[in-house]
Amino acid sequence: MKKPSRLDLIFSLLGACLVLFLLAPLLKMLLGSPAGELHDALTDGEVRSAIALSLTCAFWATLIGTVFGVPLGYLLARRSLPGKHFIEALVDVPVVIPHPVAGIALLLVFGRHYFGGQFFSRFGLTFVGEVPGIVIAMLFVSSSFLINAARDGFRNVDPRLEYVARTLGYGPLGAFFSVAVPLSWRNLLSGAIMMWARAISEFGAILILTYNPKVASVLIYDRFSTYGLKYALPPALALVLLSLSVFALLRGISLQRGQGRAA
Amino acid sequence: MIRLSNVSSRRGAFALQSIHLEIADGEYFVLLGPTGAGKTQLLEVIAGVQGASSGEIWIDEENVTSLPPEARHIGFMYQDYLLFPQLTVRKNIAFGLHEMPRADANARVEEVARLLKIEPLLDRGIVGLSGGEQQRIALARALAPRPRVLLLDEPLSALDPQIRRELRRELRSLHEELRVTTLHVTHDFEEALALADRLGVIHEGRIVQTGMPDEVFRKPDSAFLARFLGVENLLRGNVARCDPPELHSGGAFEAVFEAGPLKLYVIAEQEGPVYAAIRPEEITVSGEFFPSSARNRLEGTVVSVEKVWPLVRLTVNVGVPLVAVITAQSSESLELAAGVKVCLTIKASAIHIF
Repeated sequence: MKKPSRLDLIFSLLGACLVLFLLAPLLKMLLGSPAGELHDALTDGEVRSAIALSLTCAFWATLIGTVFGVPLGYLLARRSLPGKHFIEALVDVPVVIPHPVAGIALLLVFGRHYFGGQFFSRFGLTFVGEVPGIVIAMLFVSSSFLINAARDGFRNVDPRLEYVARTLGYGPLGAFFSVAVPLSWRNLLSGAIMMWARAISEFGAILILTYNPKVASVLIYDRFSTYGLKYALPPALALVLLSLSVFALLRGISLQRGQGRAA
Repeated sequence: MIRLSNVSSRRGAFALQSIHLEIADGEYFVLLGPTGAGKTQLLEVIAGVQGASSGEIWIDEENVTSLPPEARHIGFMYQDYLLFPQLTVRKNIAFGLHEMPRADANARVEEVARLLKIEPLLDRGIVGLSGGEQQRIALARALAPRPRVLLLDEPLSALDPQIRRELRRELRSLHEELRVTTLHVTHDFEEALALADRLGVIHEGRIVQTGMPDEVFRKPDSAFLARFLGVENLLRGNVARCDPPELHSGGAFEAVFEAGPLKLYVIAEQEGPVYAAIRPEEITVSGEFFPSSARNRLEGTVVSVEKVWPLVRLTVNVGVPLVAVITAQSSESLELAAGVKVCLTIKASAIHIF
């Protein structure tokens, strides 16, 4: 093997500092807590239902994001839309604004007395203080992950492959599903995973829209501010373990298949 | 049949300008043009994946100008083949047969695979196939749904020379067998001569000339064409094996090429109607014959002498006109002028047969 250069040494050292900084709190949380606490947390009904709520709401947000976001990603990749740069910038905005602000902004549209809230109340959907509020808060802050991943994935598919499919008798939609989607599924899947994971980790916007029923992040904050660190730790530990393991599993699947194809 | 009348199409700064083109049923038409002349764009407009801003496109007595690609029944093959990487060879070929019952589709895949000699590859993936294999598969995929016309975008140019010659012959014999109306675009004039029933030349988005290959090559009607084609001695004729046949390596053999009154010894790889090209600098000019290894000795009369310092371009009638290029000094020492009798010597291996 080549002898590492001075650049390699300096950069490794700098990089290692940051990796340690990211790793230390997580490790401390995982290893520093007695196993009993985790058991307590997982048998605590309130913790369990909060985690279940986080997972299912994140799932719904991701599903809605996929149905509406993948087509948008395709258009951004393939067509020269009017105001394309504006749309691309807009998609990224929720990532940069403080999330309580996002929550307040959503409230101004989906609150009971505002346009969106009134419109959807006809279909029996209310957002503030309800589960759909959690879902739209998650959707708002995390959909950019999926849209961007889909756009980048479709950009990597040669449009001429779809042209060939068209000459072989497929309509535009047929070419999309038989060529563009299968060739960018890895981007779509990892985009969906990122969106789902980001949705689970959301706190600020959800806090504004729906404090109760509590999702896991709100429950942890609630316990921390009411009872202190000792009581916040077990549900925090449970949430971290659960979401990390699902995240790792899905990541593992998409990477493994990807490598299988490249080999 | 393909008919384009007054077709224009703009993409970015580049435009196809009022293209008129008619390709007869069962014809193999080659469109020759340099890189960037608009060849691929023209094919894409005919296939319908790019729009035409004006004009009409007819295929087999149907106006397809406003039809989407999937309704045009065209076989299209790109230069880089663009096989679907996620599918096996079999599924690639079956891709256009999705509306057929599965059993029929399978039978058709087998049939086309047999035709193109790729049966052993059917259950393999695309990754790791050679260029020649990919070319055959792409061709099979395009032919499987029995298209009304076949559009080939530089089908041979991504291959190495050995395979290219082989596949060129196969394209020709495949065409003899299937007689699908074909439009083939290329920048390679050897390829054009070897395959074309008829030929067109495209330059900067316009079709500048169409005709029989020898017409186009011998009478290029613009300075661009003459420069681009760059062949001055092109003869259409017939090649027949010498008796007794003397084999060279790689399937080549000694043969006699006949074009009207002219008879030349050549090295050929095929018999029958062919084109022969001779570069002007390959022709030796002398006052009388001298002993040499060259097999072709022709007597003729100088028709014209044109000075292109430091060279002289000589047209000599030997039954047909041949152009030779010699130095000004040689020309002076031979006292060449119109009407002078000269001897021409050409090595059999200097005559290129297509």
